[in-house]
Amino acid sequence: MGGSTGPVWVFAEQSDGSVLPVSLELTGQARKLADELGTSLEVIFLGDAVRENTQILFNAGADKVYLGEHPDLKFYQSERYMQIIVKLAQEHQPEIFLLGSTATGKELAPLVAAKLKTGLTAHCIDLTLDQEKRLEQIIPAYGGLISIVCPEKRPQMATIAKGVFLKPDTSEPKQGELVLLEIGNEQDQRIELLNVVYEETEGVPLESAAVVVAGGAGAKDLEGWQQIVDLADEMGAALGSTRPPVDEGWVELDRMIGQSGKMVAPELYIGVGLSGELQHMVGITGAKLMVAVNSEPKAPVFEQVDYGIVDDCREFLPVLIENIKAYKADKA
Amino acid sequence: MFKIVVLVKAVPDPKRASEIKIDPRTKTLTRADVPLVMNQLDKHAMESALALKSRVGGEITAISMGPPPAAAILKECLAMGADHGVLLSDRAFGGADAYATAYTLAKGIEKVGSADLVLCGMASSDGSTEWVGSELSVFLDLPVVTGVKEIIGSSEPWWQVKAHIDNGYRELKVKLPAVLAVTRELNTPRNISFSGIIKARKKEITVWDFDALGVPESSLGLAGSPTIISDLRVSESKREVEMIEGTREEKAEMLVQKFADAGTF
Ligand SMILES: Cc1cc2nc3c(=O)[nH]c(=O)nc-3n(C[C@H](O)[C@H](O)[C@H](O)COP(=O)(O)OP(=O)(O)OC[C@H]3O[C@@H](n4cnc5c(N)ncnc54)[C@H](O)[C@@H]3O)c2cc1C
Ligand SMILES: Nc1ncnc2c1ncn2[C@@H]1O[C@H](COP(=O)(O)O)[C@@H](O)[C@H]1O
Repeated sequence: MGGSTGPVWVFAEQSDGSVLPVSLELTGQARKLADELGTSLEVIFLGDAVRENTQILFNAGADKVYLGEHPDLKFYQSERYMQIIVKLAQEHQPEIFLLGSTATGKELAPLVAAKLKTGLTAHCIDLTLDQEKRLEQIIPAYGGLISIVCPEKRPQMATIAKGVFLKPDTSEPKQGELVLLEIGNEQDQRIELLNVVYEETEGVPLESAAVVVAGGAGAKDLEGWQQIVDLADEMGAALGSTRPPVDEGWVELDRMIGQSGKMVAPELYIGVGLSGELQHMVGITGAKLMVAVNSEPKAPVFEQVDYGIVDDCREFLPVLIENIKAYKADKA
Repeated sequence: MFKIVVLVKAVPDPKRASEIKIDPRTKTLTRADVPLVMNQLDKHAMESALALKSRVGGEITAISMGPPPAAAILKECLAMGADHGVLLSDRAFGGADAYATAYTLAKGIEKVGSADLVLCGMASSDGSTEWVGSELSVFLDLPVVTGVKEIIGSSEPWWQVKAHIDNGYRELKVKLPAVLAVTRELNTPRNISFSGIIKARKKEITVWDFDALGVPESSLGLAGSPTIISDLRVSESKREVEMIEGTREEKAEMLVQKFADAGTF
């Protein structure tokens, strides 16, 4: 054969010029896929004056980095970014193309996929190669895992959340080829970015928390939800949730854990009033100790944790919180 | 006239969606009788269309691709105040992934006629790819903004919107015609009024099948989907549970002890 397989591609997203952790994680995994396929790993990096931050991509395993620098590329802009990537993809025919499941990645990936008339898989929790060396994209669904492949169209595209793959070791300096892209001054004809505003999130951040208290639909209403918030506060824990509390408006979307939310790996996870649906549970496989409280003894969550308590959370949580307070007072 | 198209999807009732499961033996899906309802975020898209219509005037067409029972959610849209409901329904559309879904919807929108604004939800509760709005925008050659949480519409072609990014939001100007994928912060969907139901009863849902769309079968449904499911597996947990039992007080005490043993406090 020899050289017939196109390169593996990763889109490296930056914030303030620095490569996002998810992009490094994907570069690490893409390195393995490229080695198995016997092809090269190439990363696309767009931003404004970001050249000095390119080295980490080589350290993470990139053979080649396509660097596009221009003041217009400081922030993601759909049309500009899409056009640059699509043109490059048409020239170089990548075999695989991975993007982080960030707000940017989630908008950019389908734009590029539709332009290239290829398939795209959302929220993958694993990426491997099957016997035919096709990219096997694993997602949780219907209480199990399903594998998705894109048999004919190329590139095979997927988006993956932060925390699915381990961050590669980037401490050792490595060499690679830097390719500078020519970025023109053309104006966007249809969308103009006016402003980007960053907001502080309230409370303990999920990603780095040692303890996570996650609530689900079993909270029943805002009052029941407040008890879960209280438990999190009492434990100094980060608040997490399943999908229904977000849909009900009890909590912000950025608190959702799981396949289409965040991946967390705390020392202790307490799941309250949630059924243990795989789409949520895949977000906490990295937790050390896991506890569930659910009123239904047969709830699937009890097959996936270390300690289980069958009780109505609305009755149990106030008692638990009192006990924690008493314990703390005792120690003090 | 200002034409708004709203994309609405009929999804298995999210409160009961977990009844659809993989059968560990046959590796097929167990068919539970889960009723179809309107995807929640699409109600926000509908509400936005109604609010815009009352400000800038125009006409609202709700479009859905799905099996015949999906007509019920289009009736709901009519009851909310949509002017027309179009159902794209044909066996040939079945098994579509996000790409083929977006393509089929794009063809439906083209057939409705030039839309000034296409509104859709950010995500469906069952597919939840969050792709359909963006892919559709490519097929229609329109700009798209996803994660929209505020729309400042006017009679001018450039509209201002606020849209989510990670840890914040962005403000953009987008030139109509455009596709906007909306989030729940945008508004509170109205309840359906009794008079709305009566009015909706008199209106017909338009159904377009494969022949009506007039596109090659190879670009629709399963045949037009670049991705396929290659395997279904049951996942097994690696943990062994210990149930903590006793009175409520005892359970709480024991749990606090477990936390303490794990070095939590
Ligand atoms: C493509 C896709 C992606 C998804 N991504 C995610 C994701 O990232 N994260 C996510 O969380 N979900 C996700 N979902 C949704 C997921 O499938 C489930 O619907 C969701 O996780 C269920 O949340 P839940 O356990 O809170 O609700 P339910 O499944 O409704 O469970 C509620 C539980 O509460 C218990 N309960 C009821 N009353 C009480 C009480 N008084 N006290 C104690 N317990 C009580 C019940 O026994 C039940 O087990 C996704 C779905 C799809 C289709
Ligand atoms: N079959 C469909 N019919 C109509 N609209 C759809 C359909 N599938 C997806 N959509 C629209 O696209 C949005 C995003 O869906 P998804 O990409 O599946 O997360 C939904 O909120 C709907 O507005």
